[in-house]
Amino acid sequence: MTLLSVRGVSKRFGGLQAVNDLSFDVARGSIKALIGPNGAGKTTLFDLISGFLRPDRGEIFFEEAEIHAMSSCQVAVRGMVRTFQHIRLFPKMSVLENIMVGRHVHSNAGFLAGMLNLPFTWGEERRIREKSFEIMESLGIAAHARTEAVSLAYGQQRVVEIGRALACEPKLLLLDEPAAGLNMRETNEMGRLILRIRDTGVTVLLVEHDMSLVMKISDEVVVLSYGQKIAEDRPLAIQKNREVIRVYLGDDQ
Amino acid sequence: MARRYLPVAAFAGLIVAIQLATLFTGTAYHLTQLTMTAYYSLIIVGLCMLIGYAGQISLGHAGFFAIGGYVAAFLTTWNLKPHPGAFVSLLGKSGALVARPDAYGVSLLTVHPWLACAAAILLTVVIAYLVGGPVLKLKGHYLAMATLGFGIIVYRMVLGTEFLGAADGISDVPGFPLLSGMVITGNSSARVSNYYLAWGLVVLGMVLLLNLVHSRVGRALAAVHGAEDAAGAMGIPTARYKLNTFVLSAVFASLAGVLLTHYNGGIGPSEAGVMKSVRYVAIVAIGGMANLWGALSMSLVLNYLSLRGYFGTYDDAVFGVILILIMLFAPDGLLRRHLLSDLKRAVSRNPAEEEAP
Repeated sequence: MTLLSVRGVSKRFGGLQAVNDLSFDVARGSIKALIGPNGAGKTTLFDLISGFLRPDRGEIFFEEAEIHAMSSCQVAVRGMVRTFQHIRLFPKMSVLENIMVGRHVHSNAGFLAGMLNLPFTWGEERRIREKSFEIMESLGIAAHARTEAVSLAYGQQRVVEIGRALACEPKLLLLDEPAAGLNMRETNEMGRLILRIRDTGVTVLLVEHDMSLVMKISDEVVVLSYGQKIAEDRPLAIQKNREVIRVYLGDDQ
Repeated sequence: MARRYLPVAAFAGLIVAIQLATLFTGTAYHLTQLTMTAYYSLIIVGLCMLIGYAGQISLGHAGFFAIGGYVAAFLTTWNLKPHPGAFVSLLGKSGALVARPDAYGVSLLTVHPWLACAAAILLTVVIAYLVGGPVLKLKGHYLAMATLGFGIIVYRMVLGTEFLGAADGISDVPGFPLLSGMVITGNSSARVSNYYLAWGLVVLGMVLLLNLVHSRVGRALAAVHGAEDAAGAMGIPTARYKLNTFVLSAVFASLAGVLLTHYNGGIGPSEAGVMKSVRYVAIVAIGGMANLWGALSMSLVLNYLSLRGYFGTYDDAVFGVILILIMLFAPDGLLRRHLLSDLKRAVSRNPAEEEAP
């Protein structure tokens, strides 16, 4: 049951081959992690999958449909939503409003309906609000509903960003370094949150530097080095993989 | 809901109060400038939606005003009598033409103002989509320059086009019969009704835009304004939303152009001038950028003062200076939405805290 399939994808920036002939699959309902040293091409790969960049070569399929030529917006509409390494919440908007934006793809009111304040939009707005509160309560951030999102503590901003993504009801959630900047307690909470999200039926693909988190929660790990895949296996096997150890710790070890 | 419409009711009350004040002080002639102010305010609130809420600048909105005004002026003054033909007779049979005598009693056959208005709006929509499509891919200074270029093109075209009256513009534009007994015209006998009609349209425009701001689309626009890539990743078609807002604001400007042209009885190339566009942006800026009420109140005051001639020969300079000062000292605009809470915070802030590193 493959949800996402990356086939022979390459991306070059000038003289730098950021991603080179890379292939892997993400199974429905699983948590997959992308790891690798700095500059291995993880973020580029994320951008390619989520429609922020176009691959030079190769194909990406989401639910058997080609998505490598689509924009980030079209990809989101199909059920693949991402978060950002550097949190990108909407400034000057409350936590509630940020999450409500996540309901965009599941609502319809356009310019005309909005301007005329047509009756069908009232019920729609109410449902958006209810669903947003439901999400905030499940994440434990409902108390901050009216707070400006960017004024929250860093760890809570990450939770809001994930809540905004969950509001889209994605089939695949892409998390770009969800534990970056979090302390150990917050990282553990993040790990539990990701497992909970997976248990609700959402497939998760994450890029992460925190090895203990990756090893604890992932079903499978893909290791990148210089834009190429050097290993793909279960966490325990990855930890014993000689090639991975060499890449991470250097040749002399 | 009440919080949204209460200010609208208060504003409507202000409009009535101003009219009553002119009635009792015997200064009803002020209503003429106030009516013109209303039409300019239509451009301002539309532009405020574009600049403040969608986060896109336009230095070309006088161009859209001129497109509306000139199309209406041309079609309602162009005598079709000397051009009989199948198309003209078809238009005549379908009631799209009106026969009327001009100022010298010569009988004219011209396009009905309703049809001219529809044509003006339609042309504006087409041009706004054609211009906005490529131009809105630009950001910041580049978008400002590109829209400025559009404004200059419109200005040079109306200035250099013979059938649009070149430097003289088009005059003798008839009134716009809106409803029975309700005509948009500068005749002093219809001054009060035109005052209320014009401000009624502004109030209607405000209600539409306030609704939009508080809708799903308004939330999406705020998201696009705040973090465009994140908004895209949430499935918001950012380019289309920016373009739609651009076209919407162009329609507001164009409609203002049509109606003010009928009210003034003509239009000249100065209405398409770049300084007009700068003025509109300056008013939106001083009004607080993302603040429809701020923009409207500043428009009411500044347009009125300008039209009454208080700024004299420094008219354009005043708006240029306003824009410079705003950009230097309050780039978020003067009457911005969080002004009160910001001030409270500044006053209540502990001075010791501020000195801490």
